[in-house]
Amino acid sequence: MVWFSGMWLAIGLLMIITLLFVILKNGLTLFWPSKVIQIELVEGSEAAIQGASTLAGEVRKRQDKRVLDAEGKAIPEVQLFVGNRDAYGFGFRYIDQSDIVSQTYPDDIIVAERIEYGDLIAYPVSLKLASGVIAADAPDFRERLDSLVSLSNERRHEIERIEKGKIGAINQEMQALKLSLRKAELGGGLTDELRSSVEAQTAVLQTEYEVLATEASALRAAQKADIFVCRLANGAEREVALGDLIHFYHPNELGFFPRVGHFFGGIWSFLSEDPREANTEGGVFPAIFGTFVMTLLMSLVVVPFGVVAAIYLREYSRQGPLVRAVRIAVNNLAGVPSIVFGVFGLGFFVYLVGGSIDSLFYPERLPTPTYGTGGILWASLTLALMTVPVVIVSTEEALAAVSRGAREASLAAGASKWQTIQRIVLPASVPGIITGLVLSMARGAGEVAPLMLVGVVKLAPTLPLDTEAPFFHLERKFMHLGFHIYDLGFQSPDSEAAKPMVFATTLLLIALVVVLNAAAIILRERLRRKYASSAF
Amino acid sequence: MMENTENLEEVKPMSKPSVSLPSSADSPPGTGPVRRPDYIQVRDFCFNYTPDVRVLHHITMDIPENEVTAFIGPSGCGKTTLLRNFNRMNDLIDGISHEGLITVDGQDIFDPNLEVISLRKRIGMVFQKSNPFPKSIYENVVYSLRIAGQRDKNILDEVVERSLKGAALWEEVKDRLQQSALGLSGGQMQRLCIARAIANQPHILLMDEPCSALDPIATAKIEELISELKEQFTLIIVTHNMQQAARVSDRTAYFYLGKLIEMDATKKIFANPGKKETEDYISGRFG
Repeated sequence: MVWFSGMWLAIGLLMIITLLFVILKNGLTLFWPSKVIQIELVEGSEAAIQGASTLAGEVRKRQDKRVLDAEGKAIPEVQLFVGNRDAYGFGFRYIDQSDIVSQTYPDDIIVAERIEYGDLIAYPVSLKLASGVIAADAPDFRERLDSLVSLSNERRHEIERIEKGKIGAINQEMQALKLSLRKAELGGGLTDELRSSVEAQTAVLQTEYEVLATEASALRAAQKADIFVCRLANGAEREVALGDLIHFYHPNELGFFPRVGHFFGGIWSFLSEDPREANTEGGVFPAIFGTFVMTLLMSLVVVPFGVVAAIYLREYSRQGPLVRAVRIAVNNLAGVPSIVFGVFGLGFFVYLVGGSIDSLFYPERLPTPTYGTGGILWASLTLALMTVPVVIVSTEEALAAVSRGAREASLAAGASKWQTIQRIVLPASVPGIITGLVLSMARGAGEVAPLMLVGVVKLAPTLPLDTEAPFFHLERKFMHLGFHIYDLGFQSPDSEAAKPMVFATTLLLIALVVVLNAAAIILRERLRRKYASSAF
Repeated sequence: MMENTENLEEVKPMSKPSVSLPSSADSPPGTGPVRRPDYIQVRDFCFNYTPDVRVLHHITMDIPENEVTAFIGPSGCGKTTLLRNFNRMNDLIDGISHEGLITVDGQDIFDPNLEVISLRKRIGMVFQKSNPFPKSIYENVVYSLRIAGQRDKNILDEVVERSLKGAALWEEVKDRLQQSALGLSGGQMQRLCIARAIANQPHILLMDEPCSALDPIATAKIEELISELKEQFTLIIVTHNMQQAARVSDRTAYFYLGKLIEMDATKKIFANPGKKETEDYISGRFG
């Protein structure tokens, strides 16, 4: 029996470890800068791109073809990431091993990350600047390219600061003015004075906006001014505006340590940047942040809710058939499909509660909903509702485990029932309550289905927390790692290109849940040490 | 638990609590003869856990003030149940019922107008198993004051020192009052529970087999303490240990199967019991 039960445990562990290993391997290769190979094909190969028999790219996979050759032998093939999606119209190419005549690792080939169309894999030819042309064999070519790329990055951040920050703020002010007008109109207090003052203020904002817009478009023009000329592996020359490049490297020249540095740099930009190109490029920061904030909000709601319910069930209610029925119902609530909670959240929180809030407090914004649409608050509440049974059950167990001796000592000292619960029973139950919280966070953070109905979006332009008053924007829609995985894997236009991103995002979601749980467990251990005793 | 009396003689020398506890206002201890012999009155008291299970049958007794009264008897004879009725700790159990009357200081404790909490504030209790809270020694002692809303640090400090001295624990713990009470030894924990019970200056102290989980040395300390405490409190102690009852109590009540068989001065009970059952029990022929 020992062997039998041990075997099942081992199988379970093996499956988990394999899964983690697959996720780790696939997720981390996204950041590892692999070498770029140049391949010469035999004449007339199907893999030739635009008639040219030379290809360059990163080997992503080596496998056997699904079909066998005439003699029944397997045909090995290579999957090559060729990049240059704008030029070729695709990003990957499968090549039969037998079609390859020769392969080399050219030193001067570069891989450049762009804001559009994915990576560029090409040989540098020259730089067309306003001051003249610098050929790739010029001694200071690389330094010039480096400094120009970092210059264009700075310019891009400047544009973002102007467009998102300053122009965004002006837009908000204009919106607020418009709303104040509408409010006055609804309240019947609209006067000509008010209207003209609002119009005057709007005109001031409009001129401010025009100044900023001119500034931004000047910067945009500067982004397009300098041109990087390069030659693709098939011989075609292309011109790329320097403003489109984010960074570049020479994959075949990198030593081990620069490669590791590039790896961690890639991880960092994945964690800290906004997504680009329908989420298939760039980072996932808004999704991490959204998941984190949503899980915290959920915890803030679920703990008091669950603990109070458990106290009533365990300490105050008379233990009878009714309470038993309630307890069974609570336990079964944990088995209701999560999408049902999503539908409930949509109907109750979003339409009923949110709609009422809108018509009571934000009538001037209607028909545009403020709270009457999915948002991070409603998503958190929906998840709290979904995970509250877990907290109730574990809190009840913790309350039941507090010894009679402790309760009696408190009551005999003249404490009331509530004082006993508050000062003796609850502190001793805190570790159990946190166990419930850990379980509910693990379930809540990984949930996707109900969120799709109550506030998760593919791309949220703003975070639920920022520097604009009132800082917490709980009505905002948000991004979520779980939904991001679904979106990348099944909704993106180029799922092959998005595959490593799917694994990386999965890895991140697991890591986030582990971090949140570890924090809760550390807290629990500290409290447990504080209350540890044989008497309790 | 039956320990050797000779052993106890050896450990006798111990620090006696030097500070005298403030007396209860209505009966200055030792100064006047105002010791009411019927401070607690039990009249024809019956108690049922469920309608079918009667554990106390028509108990009638008077417990005098400022004396130590011991309840003895075999397990399951109802002595703890009676003790727990004095501060209505049995209220926690569903389905109980009672008949008859118990008064403390002339007041019916089952009077619906009486607040249980105020009753319990006048009656301290020490349990069989020491049950300090998972808090510091200091917080354990001041628990009853804290729940009553006392915040004055000076008063709390004073109460801690007085109560711990009263429980003969002050010298051992005065340097680590802020440490967890759970780090104390078994005997120290039980004395801490006594300190906690007397912190609120109750009139009555109930002790439910306070030494049953302690070694002879710790038991001797607690017994010494009981003799000191009776100057200030009316003590009722439930014990399985007849030598202990003989050593510490002034009066002894013998229970058997939920009935009070005999109650008299301890000396008389042990020297010349009035009933055959009592004699059988205390001489060890039965029980």
